[in-house]
Amino acid sequence: MTSQESPSVGQPPARPLWRRALGPRLRAAGLALPLVAFVSVTFLGPMLSLLTKSFHDPEVADALPETMAALRGWDGQGTPPDEAFAAVAREFVAARTERTLGRTANRVNRVVSGMRSTIMGDSREMVDAAAAAEAAGAVTDGAFWRETMIAIDPRWGGPEPWRALEAAGQRFTARHYLKALDFERGPDGGYVRAPEVWRIYVPLFWRTFLVSLGVTLLCLVIGYPVAHMIANSPPKRANVLLLLVLLPFWTSLLVRTTSWIVLLQNQGIVNDFLVAIGLIGDEGRIAMIYNMTGTFIAMTHVLLPFLVLPLYSVMRSVPPAYMNAAVSLGATPFQALRRVYWPQTLPGVGAGCLLTFILAIGYYITPALVGGQSGQLISNMIAYHVQTSLNWGLAAALAALLLGGVTLLYVVYDRLVGIDRIGLG
Amino acid sequence: MMAGTAVSPGYRVARWGYVAFCVAAFIFLIAPILVLVPLSFNAEPYFTFTEGMLRFDPEAYSLRWYRSVFDGDEWTRPLANSLVIGLSATVVATVLGAAAALGLAHPAMPGRKIVTALLISPMITPVIIAGVGMFFFYSNLGLAQTHVGIILAHAVFGAPFVVITVSATLAGFDWTVMRAAANLGANPLVAFRRVQLPLILPGVISGSLFAFAASFDELVIVLFMGGLEQRTLPRQMWSGIREEISPTILAVATFLIVFALLALSTVEWLRRRGAAQE
Repeated sequence: MTSQESPSVGQPPARPLWRRALGPRLRAAGLALPLVAFVSVTFLGPMLSLLTKSFHDPEVADALPETMAALRGWDGQGTPPDEAFAAVAREFVAARTERTLGRTANRVNRVVSGMRSTIMGDSREMVDAAAAAEAAGAVTDGAFWRETMIAIDPRWGGPEPWRALEAAGQRFTARHYLKALDFERGPDGGYVRAPEVWRIYVPLFWRTFLVSLGVTLLCLVIGYPVAHMIANSPPKRANVLLLLVLLPFWTSLLVRTTSWIVLLQNQGIVNDFLVAIGLIGDEGRIAMIYNMTGTFIAMTHVLLPFLVLPLYSVMRSVPPAYMNAAVSLGATPFQALRRVYWPQTLPGVGAGCLLTFILAIGYYITPALVGGQSGQLISNMIAYHVQTSLNWGLAAALAALLLGGVTLLYVVYDRLVGIDRIGLG
Repeated sequence: MMAGTAVSPGYRVARWGYVAFCVAAFIFLIAPILVLVPLSFNAEPYFTFTEGMLRFDPEAYSLRWYRSVFDGDEWTRPLANSLVIGLSATVVATVLGAAAALGLAHPAMPGRKIVTALLISPMITPVIIAGVGMFFFYSNLGLAQTHVGIILAHAVFGAPFVVITVSATLAGFDWTVMRAAANLGANPLVAFRRVQLPLILPGVISGSLFAFAASFDELVIVLFMGGLEQRTLPRQMWSGIREEISPTILAVATFLIVFALLALSTVEWLRRRGAAQE
């Protein structure tokens, strides 16, 4: 294509019309294509696998395929057919010998608590029964296993453990989302809201929302005058002041978090200072970190530049003539500020606040390091389920819910500012 | 602020309040960063100013924490990892990002808005969400606990910065100049090198600095996907803060502050040079 697009001097090339129209478009698209492909694979791929993981959970179904097949025709009432007993016994005994049953039992336990001990305890006796039957040369059919299992644990005669297995064996399921919204499985298999004291995630979402809102408002209260001062200083001073905002922006998040620990901890600089000037006694050192206060202060510090910078760029474009006109028409400075200046800065306020809020609700590192127990947010819970409890379905559902919220906010941001206009300081 | 106003006492009080408030806010922004620097020279293993330090007693200051940074590989290996991962991710992000920005800036680019939204989405998605997805996805591909996996993840987070900074340098670019170059006999590659490259270079450099800084400071992906071999500087600081906090971390922090200052000055210098040329 290149040779055809470099015509010799003074002689326009004779190209077909479609090519003249399409060529530049193809070339432009071709330049963007590698990154589009890269983002699709390395970023959209993971996002898709996140969403998939949140409702696709094949592990139990794959571990107990025969049991699931045998339970397919069962109506969920009374005792299931004998094939189900035979299948579950075969699969439990086999998995137990291969030491993979514990994993499956854990999965089932997440759906109905208590199932882990039922499965692990009963299966041990089932292994013994299978061995004894083999030694005696007895027939181990469905009827045999029904009697044996009910003898080991009478609960197998009722529908509850079977319903639990069936529920855990669903490949496509909403249960992670239900759990993420604090619903739990009731005795009849339907989902009901958990009792208030056991609700974890909805209150945590709520707390994350409130903390983000609080941090955003605090950033606005601090950032508005700061942005105003930078925007209305002579250029030299404005540049210096801008650097004071940009340095924290560029400084490693971990450095800033470390410094808040150094400043705020019990034996830290602020407490030492307060004791030294006699404001508090040595006994009365204030707990400013490893709690919600720490999360609040550190997050405000980290996010403040994200609010100041967009606000500053809007304020810079507000012509001072309007304020002067308002004042010379008799408005007090405060009236002029409220009725003339503030409305003109609203686009910056909206953009800055939204960006700050969106960043705040996904914060993980800062609350994890300075938040203690009370300062943890939803992202800390997501990380916990990824790294510690290994309940990946639930982690995915929590992250997907958070993603939904963030996407909603970006739609608002797009209406307000335009998503392609996100700038950098 | 408002010249020619009859200055009432209330206004004067408010004005002083405003200045005092702003000064306090600037101190709030900058003091927590600067306070670490003198503390990193503490001769004692404390995280606070000793009496000797407050008297400016030279005995109270030492370089021991800086020496301990380079003792053994506790910090030098993470530093090397961070540099390898950061530089590789930056190269990928810069090449792909600059090309994409050139395409996006072209007047003939189809579907510009949606493509832009797609390309910057990694930057604006909370890292915790992307991190969970990447953990699943890269584990399936066998890329978890490898340098390659983390480099790819960091590159996709860094590319939007390059797209944005390069796009900014191309805003208002007169594309007829390119046609003029072509008419004068330059092939597209020559036209790019002689006309566009000098123009976008400051944006490319700023963008790559942003991308490098983003990778250099990234922790969530490393926590989820990195193994022992992928311990980066932030990862080591994370353990340092959580487990055995030692003032060595303050020396590392000072080093990172100096890095931030350098990166910031470079980007600002390029920005002002660009503004002066317009």
